[in-house]
Amino acid sequence: MSPQTTPWIGAAAARVDGPVKVTGTAIYTGDVALPELAHAVLVQSTIAKGRITDMDIAAAETAPGVLAVCTSDGSLGIGRVASYYSADNGPMGDGRTPLSDAVIHHHGQHIAMVVAQTLEEAVAGAERIRTRYRHQSPLVRIEDAIPQTPPGREDIVRGDLTTGLAVADVTVEAYYETPPQHMNPMEPCTTTAHWVGDRLTVYDSTQYVSGVRDALASAFGVPPANVRVLSGFVGGGFGSKGTVWPHVLLAAAAARLVDRPVRLALTRPQMFTSCGTRPATRQRIVLGAHRDGRLTAIGHDGTSATSPGENVVESTGGLTSILYACPNVTIRQRIVRLDMQAPTFQRAPGRAPGSFALESALDELAHELRMDPVELRLRNHADADPSSGRPWSGKHLRECYRVGAERFGWDPADRTPGTRREGDVLIGTGMASATHEMDPGPAAAYAELRVDGTAVIGVASHDIGTGTYTVLGQIAADVLGLPPERIIVRLGDTDLPEAPPSIGSQTVAYVGPAIRRACEAVRDDLLAAAVADPESPLYRREIGAIEFGPRTYVAELARIGEPSVSAVGHHHPDANSRYAVHSFGAHFAEVAVDALTGTVRVRRMVGAFDVGRVINPRTARSQLLGGMTFGLAQALMEATVIDPRRGHVVEPHLAGYHLPVNADIGTLDVLFVGEPDPHISDLGARGAGEIGVVGAAAAIANAVFHATGVRVRTLPITPDRVVAGSAVGG
Amino acid sequence: MRETLGLTGPKKGCDLGQCGACTVLVDGRRITSCLTFALMHGGREVTTIEGLGGDPEGDLHPVQQAFVDHDAFQCGFCTPGQIMSAVALLAEGHAGDDDEIREWMSGNLCRCAAYPNIVAAITAAAGR
Ligand code: FES
Ligand code: FES
Repeated sequence: MSPQTTPWIGAAAARVDGPVKVTGTAIYTGDVALPELAHAVLVQSTIAKGRITDMDIAAAETAPGVLAVCTSDGSLGIGRVASYYSADNGPMGDGRTPLSDAVIHHHGQHIAMVVAQTLEEAVAGAERIRTRYRHQSPLVRIEDAIPQTPPGREDIVRGDLTTGLAVADVTVEAYYETPPQHMNPMEPCTTTAHWVGDRLTVYDSTQYVSGVRDALASAFGVPPANVRVLSGFVGGGFGSKGTVWPHVLLAAAAARLVDRPVRLALTRPQMFTSCGTRPATRQRIVLGAHRDGRLTAIGHDGTSATSPGENVVESTGGLTSILYACPNVTIRQRIVRLDMQAPTFQRAPGRAPGSFALESALDELAHELRMDPVELRLRNHADADPSSGRPWSGKHLRECYRVGAERFGWDPADRTPGTRREGDVLIGTGMASATHEMDPGPAAAYAELRVDGTAVIGVASHDIGTGTYTVLGQIAADVLGLPPERIIVRLGDTDLPEAPPSIGSQTVAYVGPAIRRACEAVRDDLLAAAVADPESPLYRREIGAIEFGPRTYVAELARIGEPSVSAVGHHHPDANSRYAVHSFGAHFAEVAVDALTGTVRVRRMVGAFDVGRVINPRTARSQLLGGMTFGLAQALMEATVIDPRRGHVVEPHLAGYHLPVNADIGTLDVLFVGEPDPHISDLGARGAGEIGVVGAAAAIANAVFHATGVRVRTLPITPDRVVAGSAVGG
Repeated sequence: MRETLGLTGPKKGCDLGQCGACTVLVDGRRITSCLTFALMHGGREVTTIEGLGGDPEGDLHPVQQAFVDHDAFQCGFCTPGQIMSAVALLAEGHAGDDDEIREWMSGNLCRCAAYPNIVAAITAAAGR
């Protein structure tokens, strides 16, 4: 597997979709103009558990412009579609069929839908619906529920934890809490559906066009080939658009019912109960170590919330099983069932809350040992995957620590908490490790060479802000020998060859090689025909010696009189690789904590990441900056507050749910470390979408401890929690 | 604006005046258009992202070009609002230094968190 070095791979190219995005001409799902477009609005439950006893829709039905009112009577005829978490591993985020019965499972459940000529009329109609309920008390606090072992899930046990703790010179035990978080992409989930006969076209803001197609085909009993799903631009996802949610089925049902195109856009408040959440977690970590820092024991118990019907597990202990060399490890994962909508995977699932706990605990251990936390991690470096014994496909974590520490100006001698003060603020620094496991998915892609000297590549993948249009074009340019501006990249269309969902940082890693295979196939087919054709100037030439580029194929296509040639390529990553395939990284953070109020500001962060080959350092850097900011928000701001008695989201909007703004961000630095991964694919790229999040919150929490001596083990680190410690606030 | 005039550049991120995705200029001042009715602005000049005159196939407005050059967006959904805010910010004279830009751009949320690149783009457009 030879590393490639054409100018396109590794070029910091500007985004090819930049001009349409900055001019407002990029068409997102909510911008699609269709004649006769009607609008659907959802009515949601105002209780968290119970039954609908009565719904008065008379006033809504006669409201101006209203075309249809649908209630929870199952009359829409939507078929059941399996959820992602069920044994059938379907595409739905929540397997309950929407509007199918009067039972209320969570606050904000869809209970009615109004379709009208205009959006305003649909909203006005929906406001006229009166609902009565029989109310039951919901169970919404993780502490009030009984933990269960997730079905089919075994504890991870290596060695013996008790023995490991018994031989330890130092032990640390701590509990950590993380709140529910909402993805809140800037584009609310939106679906526009249009039936012509039994053929359905759907524009959807999704990370998974193929999943949407499959869900709609089974819900409406039509062949998948009758359903086309388009998603050219997606305004962010972060997991909220990675599975199919009930409103997508409802939009298509509405369009069928009124026999015209229908758009259904979730409102911002509805985004808090309709498209998943990162569930709350409770974690206990116990560590044992020798005086020299070598770990003798790691115990990590994680409990996360899920809905009554779905077995969603926030796998907080996943990274604990691979990050450090340790002979005695026990990882237990439990779930509790709460009266909530099914949670789902949010950017860096499991690892975001899991790394907060594990990497905070490591810092607590370093403090107990009076050891530099970087040194502690180096002493426990895992030279092979501790969970399987397999060698790493490529790991440069030591270099991440070194390069990151150097850029940051990390001072290993300055580790005593609460010693740096600048006027009214206490200054502290902290660090943490990062890792992300790759989950291989097969992909296919299409490539076409055209006689006008352009090329087209296509795959049913997505650009959710990830730079896919740009990066896949660079990969194609590398093989085809023509500049990316002559390559048209098509994404987000189920008519194109199938790819995995745009989740798990897998697009460049696994779709990239499929693009490469497709480009090679179309190139090699063309050349094979040419060298065998006595009429061709390439007759009997050796294929490997021909310099391929637009001149070659334009002449050849013109000669044979074909406007274009095309081929499909496949990439089947090795699911049983001899190697453990993970990305790694290290975060360093400096915080300033107001000595009086406990307000924390992140002054600067440095992240050093080993993600294999970086195809485009400009877009990859942006993704990592975004990931680090996601982690900063997890550390300091984000929490969905659920009313403990009534089970509703308190303040479901962006003034109540705090996202970082520009002024919250200090100086962020991203460094790339390492080299192309020789074992993931011949492209050598691993994903960069999520690793920026992992460990970022812990680095900040550790910096807060260093600044103040206050260890905050509950996220987010709000001023009250800092002040509740002793070193500040007086 | 979006439904009747087909000007889909301004985006609807929240409809509650909290995100800035719908930012437009009214007589040069930035406002969140989701909180206002056209009726309230009779006789005034409303500029949306479409009105900056940038051509996706050709020349862009200098602020648009700076956003492309500095990778000041990812998904692009907040971008029309960010750019309208940036244009107004420059006219207001609020591009003095990075902190001032950060402060005066904080009415526009970006979940992709292109914030540092937005600051870089505005700095470049300001000619600093
Ligand atoms: S749409 Fe969010 S402020 Fe207007
Ligand atoms: S670019 Fe995606 S929200 Fe700003």
